[in-house]
Amino acid sequence: MFERLSETFAGVYKKLSGRGSISESNVREAMEDVRTALLEADVNHEVIDTFIQQVVDDSIGRQVTKSLEPGQEIIGIVHRRLVELLGGSAAQAKEAAELTALGVPAPMAVPLAAEPGILSVSPGPTIVMMCGLQGSGKTTTCGKLAAYLKKRGRSVMLAAADLQRPAAVEQLQTVAAQVESDFPGGARVTFYSEPDKVAAYGKAVGVAVGVCQRAVEAARKQGIDTVILDTAGRLHVNDELMGELQSIARLVQPHQRFLVVDAMTGQDAINSAKAFHERLEVDGIILTKFDSDTRGGAALSVKHVTGAPIKFIGVGEKLDAIEEFHAERMAGRILGMGDVVSLVEKAQEQVSQEEAERLQEKLAKGEMTMEDFLGQLKALRRMGPLKHLLGMIPGVGAALKDAQVDDKQLDKIEAMINSMTRKERDKPEIIDNSRRRRIAKGSGTKQEDVSQLVTRFGMLSKITKQMAGMSAASKVKAVKQLGAANAGMGGLPGFGKGSTRTVSVKDRFKKRKK
Amino acid sequence: MALFKSIVSRLRKGLEKTREVLTSGLGDLLRGRRLDEALIQEIRTKLLQADVGIQTTNRLVEGISADYKSGKLSKGEDVLEYLKREMAALWPSQDRSLRIATSGPTVIMVTGVNGAGKTTSIAKLCSLLRGQGKTVLLAACDTFRAGAVRQLEIWSERLGVDVVKGQQGGDPAAVAFDAASAALARHVDFLIVDTAGRLHTQDPLMRQLTKIRSVLAKKIPGAPHEVLLVLDATAGQNAMRQAVEFSKALGGESPAGVPAPANGKGTPGSESAGGVTGIFLSKLDGTAKGGIVVAIKEATDIPVKFVGVGETPDDVEVFDPESFVEAMFG
Ligand SMILES: Nc1nc2c(ncn2[C@@H]2O[C@H](COP(=O)(O)OP(=O)(O)O)[C@@H](O)[C@H]2O)c(=O)[nH]1
Ligand SMILES: [Mg+2]
Repeated sequence: MFERLSETFAGVYKKLSGRGSISESNVREAMEDVRTALLEADVNHEVIDTFIQQVVDDSIGRQVTKSLEPGQEIIGIVHRRLVELLGGSAAQAKEAAELTALGVPAPMAVPLAAEPGILSVSPGPTIVMMCGLQGSGKTTTCGKLAAYLKKRGRSVMLAAADLQRPAAVEQLQTVAAQVESDFPGGARVTFYSEPDKVAAYGKAVGVAVGVCQRAVEAARKQGIDTVILDTAGRLHVNDELMGELQSIARLVQPHQRFLVVDAMTGQDAINSAKAFHERLEVDGIILTKFDSDTRGGAALSVKHVTGAPIKFIGVGEKLDAIEEFHAERMAGRILGMGDVVSLVEKAQEQVSQEEAERLQEKLAKGEMTMEDFLGQLKALRRMGPLKHLLGMIPGVGAALKDAQVDDKQLDKIEAMINSMTRKERDKPEIIDNSRRRRIAKGSGTKQEDVSQLVTRFGMLSKITKQMAGMSAASKVKAVKQLGAANAGMGGLPGFGKGSTRTVSVKDRFKKRKK
Repeated sequence: MALFKSIVSRLRKGLEKTREVLTSGLGDLLRGRRLDEALIQEIRTKLLQADVGIQTTNRLVEGISADYKSGKLSKGEDVLEYLKREMAALWPSQDRSLRIATSGPTVIMVTGVNGAGKTTSIAKLCSLLRGQGKTVLLAACDTFRAGAVRQLEIWSERLGVDVVKGQQGGDPAAVAFDAASAALARHVDFLIVDTAGRLHTQDPLMRQLTKIRSVLAKKIPGAPHEVLLVLDATAGQNAMRQAVEFSKALGGESPAGVPAPANGKGTPGSESAGGVTGIFLSKLDGTAKGGIVVAIKEATDIPVKFVGVGETPDDVEVFDPESFVEAMFG
């Protein structure tokens, strides 16, 4: 997602750079391209108007036209405004944090808090209420939050307050059981429901209020840290059902009220978010289905009308596919500056420090085996779809727009290594014709594929060995050469040519100017 | 045509209830006004607001602009008529009926992204067909999402039809195979196949869809006769990609299908729709206008066949372009 925007901003930069001087109308003209791109990204047109006006005003105020680097200057302004639009000012976040620290009751501090994660109140339980339109992904997100909290040692109760949609209760129950059994962390995950209260559409409006109250009571008795209320999806124009949400909010006093929004939503996002916010004073937003190729303009709209922070984004169907939202990073991503921080965090989740150090040592000695490589590959793939990951690397997002980044190729590599014997994995150089034939057959690949893998693996280990002793700067240089030669990882099937190149934003801008 | 009466009245009722009218229509904007450049800009905004998309909007607005300059259009009312005509022309009347098998069971495969409204829409189709005295069998091929099989089962119990199901986590293609066999054995008129929600960017899942399709085709020649893509009316520009990618994955024997337009923009014209034969536009009872189907029709020629206007099996209408445009601007 957002590739298109990155491209546009790069275009804006180009338009405004390399000119002797620029006029206000040059700025406005460039902003028209930005407007189109934002519209295509489903950003609400009201939001766009405000945004563009701000950028133009800022540009005039800062006398961009007289600046020697007008392009750079404007990108800076756009970036700052984008961060603000996505996450509120840093000052606001700080203020909220201070309030909480001073002991201001959480519910009062919350609307301002842009701190990541889910706050915790004492005495518990912390009450989290989920709401949103039908099909936005509330139930799945409940499960993800539960997994997120469990991992952090916080016990969770999932309470089924969607009494309307057939089998919604069963869905949440299954999800709760999955989190309890399959996801890491020591804390308990429990489930609360009153199956006898389930009714057909429109027949049980209001009943959910009591269910929520009793769930919270049960959580208190069980000493649960956080209870998450999964409410039924509803239309913002359904007065009765919106009233039900208000009753829950009034009687249960949730500490966090999350609005769950489908990231693929179009212009209407502004209408529904506004209505939910008016009734409930939403204090956090969760955007789902970010693993689609939506450009996600709804994020900007929803943030704009509610002022509530975007807390999490959902990036897959698995229950651990949730990420904390960071405005800075997202804005960087929009501008094609990549999101290295997220990437590193993801990597840390998959590979432990000791494991990393052990590998580092092996690499330095040139002892990396196919086995290690397979382990790395698997860890990489647990981090998410390759294209999503590569999109986080600076400069890659835009370059990758049309590239074939194919997870299938990685399947192939995995299959080939899986078909190798222990000995072959340790010493790939022993792979001769007959072994190659066997591996190809076993993995359903061609013999050329196997020899390619072996050759490139050989080059990769040689280069990494050399690199182990280098300074950081020469490492970067080596990696660049690696890309240029299309050898090593850059040339492994599945990595589009040169796609792993890391070029600093500055470098890139310099290049464009020429 | 009284088809969209219920949407319009529902919408009104809903809107009256909210404290603030969330959207004001193009009708109000245009009635009694003289056309000028400023008004043309306002029309443009309204179209964009309805998710029609920038390309189609530009095309429509350029048309209005040209007719305004040549003096053919001068009153707001005329513009409304112009827009209605332009859009209604996109959906010629004959191509919206369900495709029916010449003999044996008609197989309808229902697809879409997560939460689009597939299962509910199946209950609606089922109810429509039952109302016409047809026999229906359901296939629960969403073996992935927790509770999905049970959800379809509850609908089948309420509607009095049978459902073929497998294990949660099992192979959906195997369920499709069993269901097709059962449909043949029981001589039902219709087999409706529910599938798991999937994002069009998830390659392996899209391939699974291709597999389900070919299993059905092997068992029942010509099946699936109808492939419906359920599209949420709130969907933004990304829905264009959904239409293209689902069509590609469901393209049957020649998956060449639709060439993918760059950057989610469709190229106007009428390329083959590939695998998807119709759109079921769900959740039109909210404030979203579902304008993206206009752009999709322009780019891919996939017709809208049904609209969903609520959560019960009765909340379904056969798509009617005039009423759709009316509701979009009303
Ligand atoms: N208001 C409204 N809700 C709908 C409509 N169609 C489906 N839904 C709701 O959307 C949610 C998701 O629907 P479901 O059929 O489970 O989606 P699936 O995941 O695509 O099978 C449910 O809460 C449905 O009740 C519609 O036309 N109007
Ligand atoms: Mg379903």
